[in-house]
Amino acid sequence: MTIESAPPDYRAAAEEVVERYRRNPGFLIPMLQDLQQEFGYLPRPAVELVAQSLDIPLSQCYAVATFYSSLTLVPRGKHLLTLCLGTVCYLKGGKEIAQHIERELGVKPGETTEDRLFTYQPVNCLGACALAPVMMVDDTYYERVKTSQIRKILGAYGWGGENGKDGDQ
Amino acid sequence: MAISRPITCVEDLQRWREEVDARLRADRITVTVCTGTGCSAKGARAVFKAMGEALAELPEGLSVELKPTGCHGFCEQGPIVVVSPSNVFYQNVREEDVPEIIQETVVKGLPVERLLYEDPVTGEVARSSSEIPFYQKQMRLVLRHSGNKDPGSIEDYIAGGGYASLAKALTEMSPEQIVAEVERSGLRGRGGGGFPTGRKWRSCREAHGEQKYVICNGDEGDPGAFMDRSIMEGDPHAVIEGMTIGAYAIGAHQGFVYVRNEYPLAVERLRKALADAREHGLLGENILGSGFSFDIQINRGGGAFVCGESTALMASLEGRVGEPRAKYIHTVEVGLHGKPTTLNNVETWANVPVIIDRGADWFASIGTEGSKGTKVFSLVGKVRNTGLVEVPMGMTLREIVFEIGGGIPGDKQFKAVQTGGPSGGCIPEEHLDTPVDFDQLWEVGSMMGSGGLIVMDEDTCMVNVARYFTGFLRDESCGKCVPCREGLAQMERILTRVCDGEGQEGDVELLLHLCDVLDAAALCALGSTASNPVRSTIRWFREEYDEHIRERHCPARECRGLFRYEILAETCTGCGACRRACPEGAISGERRQAHRIDQTKCVNCGACLEACRFDSVVKV
Repeated sequence: MTIESAPPDYRAAAEEVVERYRRNPGFLIPMLQDLQQEFGYLPRPAVELVAQSLDIPLSQCYAVATFYSSLTLVPRGKHLLTLCLGTVCYLKGGKEIAQHIERELGVKPGETTEDRLFTYQPVNCLGACALAPVMMVDDTYYERVKTSQIRKILGAYGWGGENGKDGDQ
Repeated sequence: MAISRPITCVEDLQRWREEVDARLRADRITVTVCTGTGCSAKGARAVFKAMGEALAELPEGLSVELKPTGCHGFCEQGPIVVVSPSNVFYQNVREEDVPEIIQETVVKGLPVERLLYEDPVTGEVARSSSEIPFYQKQMRLVLRHSGNKDPGSIEDYIAGGGYASLAKALTEMSPEQIVAEVERSGLRGRGGGGFPTGRKWRSCREAHGEQKYVICNGDEGDPGAFMDRSIMEGDPHAVIEGMTIGAYAIGAHQGFVYVRNEYPLAVERLRKALADAREHGLLGENILGSGFSFDIQINRGGGAFVCGESTALMASLEGRVGEPRAKYIHTVEVGLHGKPTTLNNVETWANVPVIIDRGADWFASIGTEGSKGTKVFSLVGKVRNTGLVEVPMGMTLREIVFEIGGGIPGDKQFKAVQTGGPSGGCIPEEHLDTPVDFDQLWEVGSMMGSGGLIVMDEDTCMVNVARYFTGFLRDESCGKCVPCREGLAQMERILTRVCDGEGQEGDVELLLHLCDVLDAAALCALGSTASNPVRSTIRWFREEYDEHIRERHCPARECRGLFRYEILAETCTGCGACRRACPEGAISGERRQAHRIDQTKCVNCGACLEACRFDSVVKV
């Protein structure tokens, strides 16, 4: 079984989060959030161990993991690119920025670039409407973003180079 | 200095307050730096750090206190720095401005003119926040500490009279009296529904069961709304104090704060505040020697809009998928883990200490017949002064948008203001004199909601707005009930085809029919109010729908394909900026000659419009 052959770090991590919340299944969401913090995503073996340890069906863990947008079952890229598509950002040009990012990175919302550099995640609102349109790379905010700046912003994290055309001066 | 032992009686609390007051008064000069999310994103942390380093080098004998504070609300002008006692208000402060502020204002007591706020209309310079029009019409009760208190310091909160309401509630009032006081105040839930808070508390208090819970709903999911975030970040102790009073009133011993996952700073500040309150005996066993015990736990949300709905939130707190249930039985009787539960929104809880402190009569004297007190709004969108504002109920939308918000930037025409979050409605110019009031907003097809006020100008297409919100709600629908799951998907399909220029006669009627079904048959409030954006835009902006459908043209020139980009030959200088910006190679032209757009290649991305510095690219 996968559980037996799971790498030891999954077992240790799963045990730790389960213990942290006193084996109470009511804390399944924080447990999975903590687990994701550890690995960057929810690896199946770790989730199986959590389910087994709490004595709940694996399907319950997966129902939760797929329902909430903060939880992901696939590995993320090195940097998380969060684009706000709240009402204000949307009205102030967020949708054009989204199109540019998708074209530039060649990804759809929620996907990761082939080189695993960026995971692109549009969100409903970052609550920073005074800065609209706003995007974040990891913890850094970029305010009043223009489509023409995107390549430069991404470039600072090591994106592109060979396919980069000259931007306007 | 700090009293670290738990405070065990009201007298000790009072003694502690006096000690803190005396110490804070002794520090004559205070420099505060706003570290709310808005200001932080604009570099306030660097300003704070530079300020700390520079202040450390001041000569002996000059005692200056440096404080990080919660949100001032004037996010448009951040980062904001205030120097007290003269309350000089600096905006757009950069790291490099720090030495000058210290030299001039801190040392010499003179203002740095270039950092003061200048009214864009009158040109008047404001020295303190009270001279700025943005603040003059506001009434800051819930936000009273945001902007002048360090949210990370329990002493700062105590100094302003913090936890005095709790002391009063625990020692001078019975639970019954507290419920009656809140009932009499007329406080209604600030999360959207506007249910009378006192009545909710009474039902929960009278419900059978030993174990009861209180919950603070901090899952602020409405796009364009950040009131609750700012309160949790700027004044976490007020939320804790309010919850503790509420718990005492209904007889609960355990509370939960459910905070949206996108708000890490709010979680951090609440965590610190809870730990400090516990350490000082203001949470935990036998609070202030009253025999009442209560504690609060924080849960981070999983990221699902529907969890703002009370039963879905409770399901989420139980570790399940956040699906609402039908509410034949109210959560005040059967709520979290099947126990009687009182759930209120962040702003509602933050109002409670104010009501206990100043009394129900005073609170009820503010506002309108049916809506008492104040309301915090996040004023955003196509408005000059974006930010957080708090106004007495009854103020008109026009006053908020034009007097506090400063109107529409860029000489554009006002078109609508959207209130109530994604399930709210759009209110047109002719109803701008509607007062902020739960019932009156409902009458014009919108609702109070949690307090997002999104201003839209002539460049905003109302059909596209309806599509945006419907798409949002379709995305966030949990899928449990059919009207919401299927109805919203169909509505979005129809709206998309209208926006794409493929609308058909009868589409508007079909939309209205689907709205009726949703209203009547959806399981929870998400579904039953989801028709508001569509219904209100059809009601007030029907001609825009018709123009999309009949003439295949978007009057606001926002829907792709229903307008064209063109270059005005008269004003084009032939600089080539648009040609270089065009990702499709659709623009051609010789240097210094007027350029042209090849409409067959153009994908309407708008890059040329953004690149042009001569306003020669236009939408037609």
